[in-house]
Amino acid sequence: MALSGIQIYKMLPRTNCKECGFPTCLAFAMKLAAKQVELSACPHVSDESKVQLAESSAPPIRLVSIQADGQEVEAGNETVLFRHEKTFYNMPGLFVRVRSSSNLEEIKGTVSRADSYSVNYVGMDLSVDGFAVEADNEEKFNETVKAVRENTKRPLILIGNQSALESALENLDGEKPLIYAANNDNWESMADIAKKYDVSLVVAGESLDELADLTEKLKGKGCEDLVLDLGSEKMGINLAKSTQVRRLAIKKNFRALGFPTIFFAQGDNGFDVVKAVHAISKYSGFIVLDRFEPELFYALLVLRQNIYTDPQKPIQVQPGIYEINSPKPDSPVLVTTNFSITYFSVANEVEGSGLPAWLLVTDAEGMSVLTAWAAGKFDSERIAKSVKEFGLADKVSTKKIVLPGHVAVLSGEVEEELPDWEVKVGPREAVDISSYMKQAL
Amino acid sequence: MPIEIPVDKWPGSVKEVVIGATEAEGGTRSKSVKVGGESTLPFLHFEAPTPNKPVIALEIKDHKPEDWSPLLEEAWGSSTMEDPGIWAVEAEKAGADIIVLALSLNDKDGVQLTPEKAVSSVKNVLDTCKLPLIVFGPGQVDIDNELLVPISEATKGERLVLGICEDKNYRTIVATAMANGHLVTSRTPMDVNLSKQLNILITDMGMPLDRILMDPTTGALGYGIEYGYSVMERLRLAALQGDSMTQLPMIVTPGFEAWKTKEAKVGEGVPEGWGDWKERSINWETITAVSLIETGADIVVLRHPESVKRVKFAIEELLVA
Repeated sequence: MALSGIQIYKMLPRTNCKECGFPTCLAFAMKLAAKQVELSACPHVSDESKVQLAESSAPPIRLVSIQADGQEVEAGNETVLFRHEKTFYNMPGLFVRVRSSSNLEEIKGTVSRADSYSVNYVGMDLSVDGFAVEADNEEKFNETVKAVRENTKRPLILIGNQSALESALENLDGEKPLIYAANNDNWESMADIAKKYDVSLVVAGESLDELADLTEKLKGKGCEDLVLDLGSEKMGINLAKSTQVRRLAIKKNFRALGFPTIFFAQGDNGFDVVKAVHAISKYSGFIVLDRFEPELFYALLVLRQNIYTDPQKPIQVQPGIYEINSPKPDSPVLVTTNFSITYFSVANEVEGSGLPAWLLVTDAEGMSVLTAWAAGKFDSERIAKSVKEFGLADKVSTKKIVLPGHVAVLSGEVEEELPDWEVKVGPREAVDISSYMKQAL
Repeated sequence: MPIEIPVDKWPGSVKEVVIGATEAEGGTRSKSVKVGGESTLPFLHFEAPTPNKPVIALEIKDHKPEDWSPLLEEAWGSSTMEDPGIWAVEAEKAGADIIVLALSLNDKDGVQLTPEKAVSSVKNVLDTCKLPLIVFGPGQVDIDNELLVPISEATKGERLVLGICEDKNYRTIVATAMANGHLVTSRTPMDVNLSKQLNILITDMGMPLDRILMDPTTGALGYGIEYGYSVMERLRLAALQGDSMTQLPMIVTPGFEAWKTKEAKVGEGVPEGWGDWKERSINWETITAVSLIETGADIVVLRHPESVKRVKFAIEELLVA
């Protein structure tokens, strides 16, 4: 049974030494109860308490990380089944698979293109997490891994039999790839390799029963950093298994399946996207795709960002002045708030109008126009303050400012705050901005 | 190691809703489409069967819209888009289970669409294509009512879905749908309680629950999909827990949402990292639709024929137990 924060607190030293990084033992205990930290962060806990707390302190889904060159991709540590219950924590890593049977120059090209890929979304730079290298031609595996390593420093997943994996691992000093995969037949030797090179290991099995048996045996051999392959054949079957594994871990604290999962999004172009969508929505920890294309990764990286956004902390954009369609001093100023979706809806429509404008994004603590207005975070004072703070008067000669239609009531007050500005009221919905700009500005 | 799989048993289930009426049922459709009926979360076959699979609707207009992406025009062809009767037939060929006819504010001459023209567009579609039909007004209160009432009367017994009911305008649409044997769709802006509230208002008028679809609204991928995603998940959980005013099949419009994003609309002058325009647009629509199907959508309304193929593939895969 999971222990409450208070029960855990009683087993801690209660010295408030702060060495765990939390201000008090009670705060640390609460984090332990929420399974968001590991007990090992406390250097002073007694051995007796350690044993008692072992069960309660470990997160229900183990955090597994793949590392190389200071970069790491983490999966696990999840605490809920639905994002609205709290949030999903560790976004699934997106990996591109290359095969040693392919032409080496092609592999180099794919890897270097994918490695240098970066795309901006809501002010964040998103990129590919790493590469999976498969030894489908064992003889060429080492030179393939070498070629991949020459073109990327990102973390790797290695797929092959024991001898292929061992020879590749010999040359990958100082990093921690994920190796694929232990099964009923090879688990002992795979465990030896994982131990020898201190890497994490995928476990593959037909059923959850079989997987649980395997993870117990592997743990018996000292392998703790495990990843489950639940099969990627049909989405419906994977959904059942993923849901069951997540439920067992979170609701029953069932340790034998308390590991992140890996999913292979295979299929003809376009259908692989669909499979990756499933894996992102439904609990996968590492996702491997068979091709790299910008239009594919951009869309999947955005989906991942959206699903893993903390519902209690909406994404905000930086308050400031945004220039749309190269505005000039006589272009109008449009005002909105810094809630990312509000900003993007407005910016998108203004941009779509083809007309130049200055977009003044005020700090409304990440709320939409109506919510912020109701909460007193979007009023004439704040708007006037932003106009001054961001030096708008120096940028424009025609002092024309447009308020969102939803806050038409503010126009009088804004006129008082900004006496030398012409204050106009725009449409209520972003979708009508384009026609408004064409007709009224 | 034999594992005891935790199985959730829910007290509630989603109502089954039948869209479209065959001749035997008083209409002229070649078949009707049944949605809803779920008694667990989407596709958890180990808990309960999925009685009716999610369906795909394709959105067409009464004439070629000016503000749609050129990629959609490329897919359907300009002349097809000028005639809703032909467009509907092409949509059926592309794999649609249901047609959504979304009426424009103005006709192709730029004059406000008259009730006569709207009725004739609807009849044109009903004549050429025998799939069940959903009709959306242009989205302005007075005009919606002006158009939907004569449409409803002229198609009595067809079991159309009329929309869109919103909190500021539902009475006229509900009344005419009730009088003429149609259904309605109720849309609220991404909020569980607002959905419930509108469903209560509509049922208070006497509309039975099995003649209402609810549209909780979604954002597109990158533009708030996570809000729609979680609201739908919470609505479905509420339905399973027994809250009757949430026990309605869900319809969402990923086509409409995805195709108004910059990612889908704009081909030039965008960041290099966005990649190929056409594939990106189809990805945008497909991903929006598939993730919402995973969270409980019963009907997704799409626009591009290639997205239909991919979303259909997702549904077939998810149905495998």
